[in-house]
Amino acid sequence: MAALDIIKIKSLTKRFDELTVLDHISLNVKEGENLVVFGRSGTGKSVLLKCIIGLLEPDEGEIYIKDKNILKLNIKELNEIRRHTSFLFQGAALYDSMSVHENLEFTLIKRKKNTPGEIDEKVHHTLNLVGLEDAIDKMPSELSGGMKKRIGLARAIITEPEIMFYDEPTTGLDPISSKDISELIISLQKDLNMTSIVVTHDLVCAKIIADRAIFLKDGTIAYEGTLNELVRSKDKFLQNFFSTDLIKS
Amino acid sequence: MKLPHHYSKRRLTTSEIIYNFFATLTGITVFNIQFFKDLFLPPYEIREVKKQMNELGIKTFPIVSITGLLIGLVLAMQSQPVFARFGASDFLPGAVAISVVRELGPVITALIFAGRVSSGIGAELGSMRVTEQIDAMEVSGINPFNFLVVTRVVATTFMLPLLTIYVIFIALFGSYFAILLTQGMSFEYYKNAVVQSIEFRDFIPGIAKTFVFGYIVGIVGSYKGYTTTGGTEGVGRASTTSVVVASLLILVFDTILVKLSLMIWPL
Ligand SMILES: Nc1ncnc2c1ncn2[C@@H]1O[C@H](COP(=O)(O)OP(=O)(O)O)[C@@H](O)[C@H]1O
Ligand SMILES: [Mg+2]
Repeated sequence: MAALDIIKIKSLTKRFDELTVLDHISLNVKEGENLVVFGRSGTGKSVLLKCIIGLLEPDEGEIYIKDKNILKLNIKELNEIRRHTSFLFQGAALYDSMSVHENLEFTLIKRKKNTPGEIDEKVHHTLNLVGLEDAIDKMPSELSGGMKKRIGLARAIITEPEIMFYDEPTTGLDPISSKDISELIISLQKDLNMTSIVVTHDLVCAKIIADRAIFLKDGTIAYEGTLNELVRSKDKFLQNFFSTDLIKS
Repeated sequence: MKLPHHYSKRRLTTSEIIYNFFATLTGITVFNIQFFKDLFLPPYEIREVKKQMNELGIKTFPIVSITGLLIGLVLAMQSQPVFARFGASDFLPGAVAISVVRELGPVITALIFAGRVSSGIGAELGSMRVTEQIDAMEVSGINPFNFLVVTRVVATTFMLPLLTIYVIFIALFGSYFAILLTQGMSFEYYKNAVVQSIEFRDFIPGIAKTFVFGYIVGIVGSYKGYTTTGGTEGVGRASTTSVVVASLLILVFDTILVKLSLMIWPL
């Protein structure tokens, strides 16, 4: 059975004043698929994710999540969609004034679907998944950059979303944690049939998780294919991008 | 919400300044309307309001205590020789009390509150904005405006009147202390003089306007913080401009409200 397109993007355009960041991008993501988004810094990868989840308003185009045009929804309907999605921000975006424990339980408490006991259980279980059970009572300011990322990931997945948006989930992590996180993403896809869009520069991470990859350049999808096709491409630009990336990682 | 142009190092053209002015004006108006919309919408974040009342209000008591004491002390010290010169020393407690209750207590407390709390809210929400914490709340389906802004503005609106009443009492003690040192007076006599001179029409307008000042402190800090752009530098700017704008607005509204209260309760 062919999987459904859970995300559909039609001719998405986003400008900031004179700067056109996304230029008529069309893209579909299948249910259960892991899509990796490559692109040099400042090409609009984060902007793309933020448009999809409704944080930024596109200038043109349509965006469908689970067949709902999110640009036409009111805030209540949009929030209903957002119950099924999660976002890992590039800088983790942990709530500074809350401990790790409070960060993780915050959304669950607000959604009022679980008992306090269940929430506690989930917090411990999720922290265990990202390997940071010891940090439960720490404040975000006491965590290293890599730990913040992992707590950010824990906070995103604790709600068991159907769709995950990862903005550079492994940037700034050491190679081993980076590999662990990538494997966690894969296992989430397997266990929960999660759909993911993953922005990354990390080829090791991409190798582990990518079902398909796209490459953003000059506001458009310049290349699309399996990771192998992109990496083995004869195209000068791609060769250049991936060779420098390999040396770094 | 449409944000004003990015601040930049280069000087802005006149049309950009005018654009920014009106963008800010519309921004603030929309922000205020949003506040009253969300105020009456569930969820009611009672716990968070209590937390902010403690954070923004209770923790301000120490600093306003000193201020209150000094206002009373200085005011009585300054006025005492003047009243003595005109042979009106008996009127001194009442005169000090009226100025403290009607004007100095409310306004100085509000200005101190603006200095500490408006800047604090501006910096806190500003840093939450630039580090995408507010976005994180939004994408998880939680209304960040309700959770962050409404709670803080409610807290400041109700804490400032309490702080002001407290400051007025402390200032009256300060003034007694000064009078005791300079001309000597029994506390009983002082107390009676104060109680007799202050009337309902002094106290009510004095306290009533502090609700407005408290609202200003909360809403200005929140607006500046919530709409911060331009990274860490922007956070600093949000914090300092909050104090400046809140203080100015407090003085402007004080003038308006004093005029208004004199029309309602003529002296
Ligand atoms: N809120 C914003 N206002 C103005 N310009 C922005 C904003 N967000 C992003 N940009 C610009 O859009 C471009 C793409 O940014 P981004 O998506 O963050 O890049 P990246 O691919 O590294 O994630 C950059 O040039 C950035 O300056
Ligand atoms: Mg980015």
